[in-house]
Amino acid sequence: MKFTLNFDPIWPEIDAILEGILLTIGLSAGAIILGSMLAVLLVALKSLAGRWVGLLVDAYVELMRNTPFLIQLFMIFFGLPLLGIRMSGTQAGLLAMTMNLGAYAAEIIRAGVESTHRSQLEAGVSLALTRLQVFRYVVLKPALAKVWPALTSQFVLMMLASSICSFISVAELSGVAAIIESRTFRSFEIYIIVTLTYLVMALALKSFLLALGKRLFPNLSGVARINARGSAV
Amino acid sequence: MPAVLIENVHKSFGAVEVLKGVSLSVESGQVVAIIGRSGSGKSTLLRCVNGLEACQSGRIEVAGHVLDQDQKKLRELRKDVGIVFQSYNLFPHLTAGENIMLAPRLAKGLGGPELRRMAEEVLAKVGLSEKFDAYPDNLSGGQQQRVAIARSLAMQPKVMLFDEVTSALDPELTGEVLVVMEDLAKAGMTMLLVTHEMNFARNVADVTVFMHQGRIWESGPSADLFAAPKTPELQAFLSAGVH
Repeated sequence: MKFTLNFDPIWPEIDAILEGILLTIGLSAGAIILGSMLAVLLVALKSLAGRWVGLLVDAYVELMRNTPFLIQLFMIFFGLPLLGIRMSGTQAGLLAMTMNLGAYAAEIIRAGVESTHRSQLEAGVSLALTRLQVFRYVVLKPALAKVWPALTSQFVLMMLASSICSFISVAELSGVAAIIESRTFRSFEIYIIVTLTYLVMALALKSFLLALGKRLFPNLSGVARINARGSAV
Repeated sequence: MPAVLIENVHKSFGAVEVLKGVSLSVESGQVVAIIGRSGSGKSTLLRCVNGLEACQSGRIEVAGHVLDQDQKKLRELRKDVGIVFQSYNLFPHLTAGENIMLAPRLAKGLGGPELRRMAEEVLAKVGLSEKFDAYPDNLSGGQQQRVAIARSLAMQPKVMLFDEVTSALDPELTGEVLVVMEDLAKAGMTMLLVTHEMNFARNVADVTVFMHQGRIWESGPSADLFAAPKTPELQAFLSAGVH
């Protein structure tokens, strides 16, 4: 049996694909912004609040990092309505992505915060800053700068994992692909297009985030290469 | 009323007692140097004065504040008591100017052109007017330490603490930092400093205190103390020439 690629049945669906791409971008951007805010809040609580709050933060982070994202998504989409909270698939997807990314990003940012030298904290408190001010103005920015590459790859992973939202009928790129596949039966062709699209989006997001990092932390960028003079190229 | 009053302070790290009942007073406008071997407790004593280390017993009063580990009272004390560290501890993500303006803005609520003018003023005082927008990474050690002094001065402290501030610098850069400190002393700043610079202690400090094994072993007017050390320990310390 001979298989030939046939993209013709897919072209009429191009608008649906574009809408799927837009929703993927929207979900990812929303989750990255909200998830980052959640992560910083979690790390701040862990650094500043009491022991019990710290344990609660740990419990949350471990729960999210040690259960499948798909199950988290189902718990939110099917579980919350039982508690009287109704939301659309897209809203549930955004919430699940935010909660999941918040936990992973918190763990990354915490590593950066922990690498802060004690002398920086001493300088901060000696200048009569409150502990919250020390966290916000002394610790946070250098910590984020240090872990920015790790955060970037976590954000890209989350963007790719947004495809899982298709399981609750969110019409993002993967969801749209499944619909088109069932209409046209051109499985291989549609997933070639979808694969390339994710690849381009992931590389674009990575480049954007690394450029953003250079802008946000101009004087804190790490040493990328080591030359014989021991300095960055 | 002395600017710094330390009464019978004891401090242990675990089983090791590093301060064994230290009493010391610094009058307003006075410069007091603390000298002694590594491990004699001099840095620990200095760090107790602004609450970076908590002492187990004894009483400390600085610039009218009784030392208390309560966060709010500690902040009030620290508004009036500046400290400069051996390793500068500038904030690497902020320019020299921003380093200086951060605490007056956050802790004292200053802002606007007034704050900037004040920052430029203290930076001029340490001879670094042209470095306002430079990041710490682009400054020499001596320049970083002078910015750190300016950062403390911006809080308009009543007392300044210096913890071996030239120990990380080569002789040339040490000189430029000591000049700034000498100017401060002449301007009437109350200063308590831990130092290995014997010439500086002899020439600038009104009183020098020799610490040995967690105690104040000998103290007196700097000229007398260096000219005629009484205890064999201080004689040995001064003649060793290795501090």
